[in-house]
Amino acid sequence: MVFSIARKELKSMFASPMGWIILALLMFAFGTYYLNGVNNYFEVMSGSIRPAERYGVTQFVGQTVYGVASFIMLFAVPLLSMRLISEERRSQTMPFLFSAPLSLTEIVVGKFLGLVLFLAILVLYIAIMLSTLNIWSDIDFGYVIANSVGLLLLVASFSALGLYFSSLTSQPIVAGILSFIALFVLMILDRFFAGDPTNIMSHLSLMKHFQSFAGGLIDTADIAYFALFIITFLTLTIRRLDADRLRG
Amino acid sequence: MDNLTVEAIELTRLYGGRAAVSDVSFNLAKGQVLGFLGPNGAGKSTTMKMLTGNLAPSAGSVKICGIDMMESPKEAKALIGYLPEMRPLYKEFTVDEYLTIAARLHKVSSKHIKKAVESAKERCGLSHMSKRLIENLSNGYQQRVGIAQAIIHNPMVVILDEPTVGLDPIQIRDIRALIKEIGQEHSVIVSTHILPEVEMVCDHVQIIDKGKLVFNGGIDVLKRQRIGNKLLLGFKQPPTESALLQIPGIAEVEHVDGMVRVRFTEGSNPNEAIVEASVKEGWGLYQIAPDQTSLEDVFVQLTYQEAVPVEEKAA
Repeated sequence: MVFSIARKELKSMFASPMGWIILALLMFAFGTYYLNGVNNYFEVMSGSIRPAERYGVTQFVGQTVYGVASFIMLFAVPLLSMRLISEERRSQTMPFLFSAPLSLTEIVVGKFLGLVLFLAILVLYIAIMLSTLNIWSDIDFGYVIANSVGLLLLVASFSALGLYFSSLTSQPIVAGILSFIALFVLMILDRFFAGDPTNIMSHLSLMKHFQSFAGGLIDTADIAYFALFIITFLTLTIRRLDADRLRG
Repeated sequence: MDNLTVEAIELTRLYGGRAAVSDVSFNLAKGQVLGFLGPNGAGKSTTMKMLTGNLAPSAGSVKICGIDMMESPKEAKALIGYLPEMRPLYKEFTVDEYLTIAARLHKVSSKHIKKAVESAKERCGLSHMSKRLIENLSNGYQQRVGIAQAIIHNPMVVILDEPTVGLDPIQIRDIRALIKEIGQEHSVIVSTHILPEVEMVCDHVQIIDKGKLVFNGGIDVLKRQRIGNKLLLGFKQPPTESALLQIPGIAEVEHVDGMVRVRFTEGSNPNEAIVEASVKEGWGLYQIAPDQTSLEDVFVQLTYQEAVPVEEKAA
C-alpha cells in the first residue's frame, strides 16, 4: 500500500510540468559543473608538478559535482516537498486518503518514498554521469558509490523535514519557505560552531555528517544520524496528521 | 443482527466544549437508503466524517458490519465508499488515472482494477470522458467522478455528502436512480437538504438539528407529516366559512392569498363532497389539491415537537 501512495505521488509529480522542469534544470546544472570539472582537471593538474599535489579525476570532478548537488538540493527539495501535504489540505483531498483503508503511517511513508524516488533519479543520473569518465580513465567506483549513498541520505533527510513542514500548514509557499530556512540552518550549523568541534550543536549539522560520505567514507554513525533524522520527522508528521483526525 | 451494516452508538463530537453532534445513535440494515436531513451547520457532515473515520468521535463508537472503526480502522474503512462535501479530486489527472488510483488505494486486486474502473464509469455515465483531465470537466461531471470514486470498490456502505449539489435536473435524476440501484444491494447514506429528493430515493429518514437527532423513522412517517390532512381550494365566488364547515369531515377553514385552505379530520375524504357542493351552490371551484407543507414547515414542526419536552423540563 505504501507503494500505491508513492506511485500516486510520482504520477502527480510528472502530471504537471513542474516535475519535468525541475528535473531538466537540475540535470543541466549538474552537467555544466561536470563539464567544468573535466576541463579544469587538465589545467590544474598540468600546473601541479609535485606528485603529492596530484589526485584522481574521480575525486576532482566528484568533489565539484557532489558539492554543488548538495547545495542545489537545499533549494530543490523544499520546492518539491512543500506541496506534498499542504496542497492536499488546500484542495481538500485529504479525506480521499483518510477514508481509504490505509494507516497514517502508510500515507506518510508513501508520500516520503514518492519524493525520495523522484530525487533518486537525480542521484542515479549523477552517478551515471561520473561513471562515463571510466571510458578513458580508470575511476574509483567506491568514491562514487559512497557519495551517491551520502547524497541520497541527505536528500531523504531534506524530504522528511520538508514533509513535516508541509503537514503544518495549508499554504504550500509557507511550507516551502519554512523548510528552506530550517534546512539552511541545519546545513550551516557546523560553521557557527567551527571553533569548538566538540560542541554538541555542531553534531546536529546535516553537512557535517555528509562530509564523511563526500570523502568516500561510509560511516555507520552518519548513516544512523540520517536514519534517526528521517524517522524523527516522519513520526512528527504522522502525529500531526493524527491530531487532525482527533481535533478536527 | 447480521444484517446491520452501520451502527452508530451515542456519537458525540465536541469542538472546544461546544457539541457539534451529541448522542446520535442509529442503525442501518443492508439494502436500506438512509436520508440525512438538516439545516446548515446541524452536524450532518460532522456525523458523516465520524462514520467514515475522518474524524475521531469525542465519545461513542461506530461499527461497520460489526467492525469497530476505532479498533480496526483499516478493515472498517475498506467497507466504506465516501464522497465528502468537497470533492476530493486530483485535478491534474485524467478520469481513468484518478479512478485507477482510487481502486488501487481501496485494495482492488490489480487483475480487477480495469474492470472496476470501467463499471464505475459506466454506472456514473462517464464512459466518454475517460481521457479528459478532471480539471477540464464541468461541475456536474466532476461530481460524477466523485461518486464513481466512492463506489469503485463495491463497498458495503456508500456515504454521500450532498451528492446532487450543482447538477442539472437530468443529472440529478440519473444520480438518484444510481443511488436507488446501489441501495438495493448495499446500504447508502445520503445527506441533503432537498426534501423531495429524500422522498424519492430514501426509505429511511433522519433529521438532525443542532447536533441532535430530532427525527428517525421510515419515509412514510415523514410523508404523512408532510402531506397532512389539508386541501387547498380555489373558488371564483368564495363561500362563507360556515358553508364550508357544513360539509362533513371539514374541521377548519383558513384563507390564504385568495385561496382557501381546509383541514379535514383524519380518515375522512371530503374532496367529492366539496366538488358536489361547489357545483350545487355555484362557487366556481377551479382548483383542488392536497396542500403540501414545505421542508421548512415539517422541519419547524419536528424541531418544535422535540423542543417542547425540553422546555417542560426546564420549567
